[in-house]
Amino acid sequence: MGKPRVATTSLAGCFGCHMSFLDIDERILDLIELVDFDRSPIDDIKHISQRCAIGLVEGGCCNEENVHVLYEFRENCDILISFGDCATMGGIPTLRNNIPLKECIDEAYRDGVTVYNPKNIVPQDPEIPLLLDKVYPCHEVVKIDYFLPGCPPSADCLWAALTALLTDKPVELPYELLKYD
Amino acid sequence: MSEMKAVVNNICKEFGNDRTRLMDIVRGVQEKLGYVPPEAFELIAEKAHTHRVEVESVVSFYAFLSDKKRGKMVIRLCDDIIDRFQGGEDVAKALSKELGIGFGETTEDGKVTLEKTACIGMSDQAPAMMVNDVMVTNLTVEKIPEIIAKLRETEDPQSLVTECGDSNNAHELVRAMVNNNIREGGPVILSNHRRGGGLRKALTQTPEEVIEDVKGAGLRGRGGAGFLTGFKWELTRKAAGTEKFVLCNADEGEPGTFKDRVLLTERPDLMLEGMTVAAYAIGAETGIIYLRAEYAYLRAFLEDVLNRRREDNLLGINILGNEGFNFDVRIQMGAGAYVCGEETSLIKSCEGTRGDPTDRTPFPVVAGYMVSPTAVNNVESYCCAARIMDMGAGWFSSIGTARSAGTKVLSVCGDCDRPGIYEVPFGTKLRDLLQRVGAEDVAAVQVGGPSGQMVGPAQFDQEISFEELATGGAIMIFSNQRDILEVVEAFMEFFVDESCGYCVPCRVGNVLLKSRIARVRNGEGSPDDLAYLHRLGESVKRMSRCGLGQTSPNPVLSTLKNFRPVYNALVRENTTGRLKSFHIMKAVEQASQIADRRSEVFHA
Repeated sequence: MGKPRVATTSLAGCFGCHMSFLDIDERILDLIELVDFDRSPIDDIKHISQRCAIGLVEGGCCNEENVHVLYEFRENCDILISFGDCATMGGIPTLRNNIPLKECIDEAYRDGVTVYNPKNIVPQDPEIPLLLDKVYPCHEVVKIDYFLPGCPPSADCLWAALTALLTDKPVELPYELLKYD
Repeated sequence: MSEMKAVVNNICKEFGNDRTRLMDIVRGVQEKLGYVPPEAFELIAEKAHTHRVEVESVVSFYAFLSDKKRGKMVIRLCDDIIDRFQGGEDVAKALSKELGIGFGETTEDGKVTLEKTACIGMSDQAPAMMVNDVMVTNLTVEKIPEIIAKLRETEDPQSLVTECGDSNNAHELVRAMVNNNIREGGPVILSNHRRGGGLRKALTQTPEEVIEDVKGAGLRGRGGAGFLTGFKWELTRKAAGTEKFVLCNADEGEPGTFKDRVLLTERPDLMLEGMTVAAYAIGAETGIIYLRAEYAYLRAFLEDVLNRRREDNLLGINILGNEGFNFDVRIQMGAGAYVCGEETSLIKSCEGTRGDPTDRTPFPVVAGYMVSPTAVNNVESYCCAARIMDMGAGWFSSIGTARSAGTKVLSVCGDCDRPGIYEVPFGTKLRDLLQRVGAEDVAAVQVGGPSGQMVGPAQFDQEISFEELATGGAIMIFSNQRDILEVVEAFMEFFVDESCGYCVPCRVGNVLLKSRIARVRNGEGSPDDLAYLHRLGESVKRMSRCGLGQTSPNPVLSTLKNFRPVYNALVRENTTGRLKSFHIMKAVEQASQIADRRSEVFHA
């Protein structure tokens, strides 16, 4: 039996959670003993190639592409984990949720004081995904199995959760790993 | 501007420029000017020796206070679920149509503002509304044009009262169309009794003996929580402090509860007698009745009762010739905040601030009003205490059950033939009560209002008591025609509106509970959602700071327990992992319009 596969992605996040993930440092050598990586920004594989045991999702959904990716993860991962505050709660991107979408776009591309846009156009190239009406945390789009809060969750927290899951042991997250002040 | 200044100056002066009377000051300003203009905040703050932000936070906290100019007459339609089921929504439409404005708006001529409000304590004569302080009950769509025409013509809400209700509702100081609807009296409160007998007997005993009697009678708080009244008095008496207070909680805000309305109308003397007994027992000289804003129509009547009692030496100095026993009572008006029924919030409100609950310990019995030992009891509890003094502890404890002595005044509303007031001994079976009120075809009964529990036929053989079905008085009946989850969602909406917002579990948790219930009602839920509702409900209950959040998940939790099949019929196992409640085409619709193109990813 091959090693379990892990896929990761960053949706409407800042990649900070992935950076924190890399902060497991040399333990990444232990990790690749335990798992194979599938789709992930770390190895630049663009689509999930086969069934994965675990999917790690950073960031919430702010556009249709995020939803598309999240659907791919949900379809192909046995366990889906939201990690970081954007994935679990929407985070900073949700600051726009109280402002109508049109106002946001007008401010960014038309009316902002530093904007130069003589044609007065807004992004409409088919290559650019359409924004959603508001930013959604992942669990409002698909079923999420576990949540790891933190901005970002610390490397130790991610390590503890992943190794517990992979070795089939109950996860122990002491207070220090979930305390952020 | 100068008029405003004069008004503010006068009112502040009337209340001794005392910042602890801020509630009365801003209420007074609003009464005179129709609103509390932001320009007045600074002035009030200066006069009352406080900060502008204190004034602003009071005005913004209470639903009945406003910093925006409003109509001369403010119509507040009761938006409780009972009213909605009795045709309240059609009445709302009719009002809106007749006035030509939506809710939250004011007519162009500045005469009428239209609003919705939480339960106003008229569930037995629903749908009902308030026009300023005047209660208008038993509304129908047909009555609305006439009502509005009359208001426009007379500009006097009192002109709507053409026929007064029964008994004291017709008193010259009340003159309300409200009816008491007392259907069944019981031996303790709604029967004939000797006036003043309890107080006279109490004064022949020592305060300690009075407390022993109340303890011995087994009297428990009638507001719903059921704390032992005598024990509370003992703690207040023993607490260190020279000044002590007796507070009466007449902030009957629990939807579906209206028994205090009737007790205040028909038994104000008994209540005050109980308060005076309490004052004697704990050694207090000052009492406050915290009267909910909705019952402002009873204020003049109650002030009159207080004056009469002062004349009769039942209040004041050396009461009934008892050297050194001084006690007087003032009325503190509320301003439309459910949370102020919680005792620490009530105390904050009496002190003239926002009605935010405070941490305990210390409990109010140690550090309550003005950080002094304070006993806060319900209207009905004081009535019971007075009767215990008169008739004896043994008489009282012989009524009811082992751990719930005496009777309970119930306010019954909803789908039954005879809604109204029933005083029944504790231990009465819910099934018996339903029969007496003429309720057939009952699917569910909400016992104790939204913060209580929803029970189904399987629980109808339980008895009304602190042991089984505890209630502060509300019994709301729902027939098989009603959608149970519509009721639950309405209750959660109520708690979302009424949460003071101080602590996260209550402020956020109730919103999440409500939206998840909506998801289930839409048929977009899965069994996972039910587990989530249960888990979140338990968290909100355990983590909230005061009684509001500690009970607000009850509609969800009690229906999950007692009406599981209703939920099960609505949820489907989710096989794809994609949530049905998320609609991608709806979510990209706006962006699609802005960019003037379709979704490349999802548009099939």
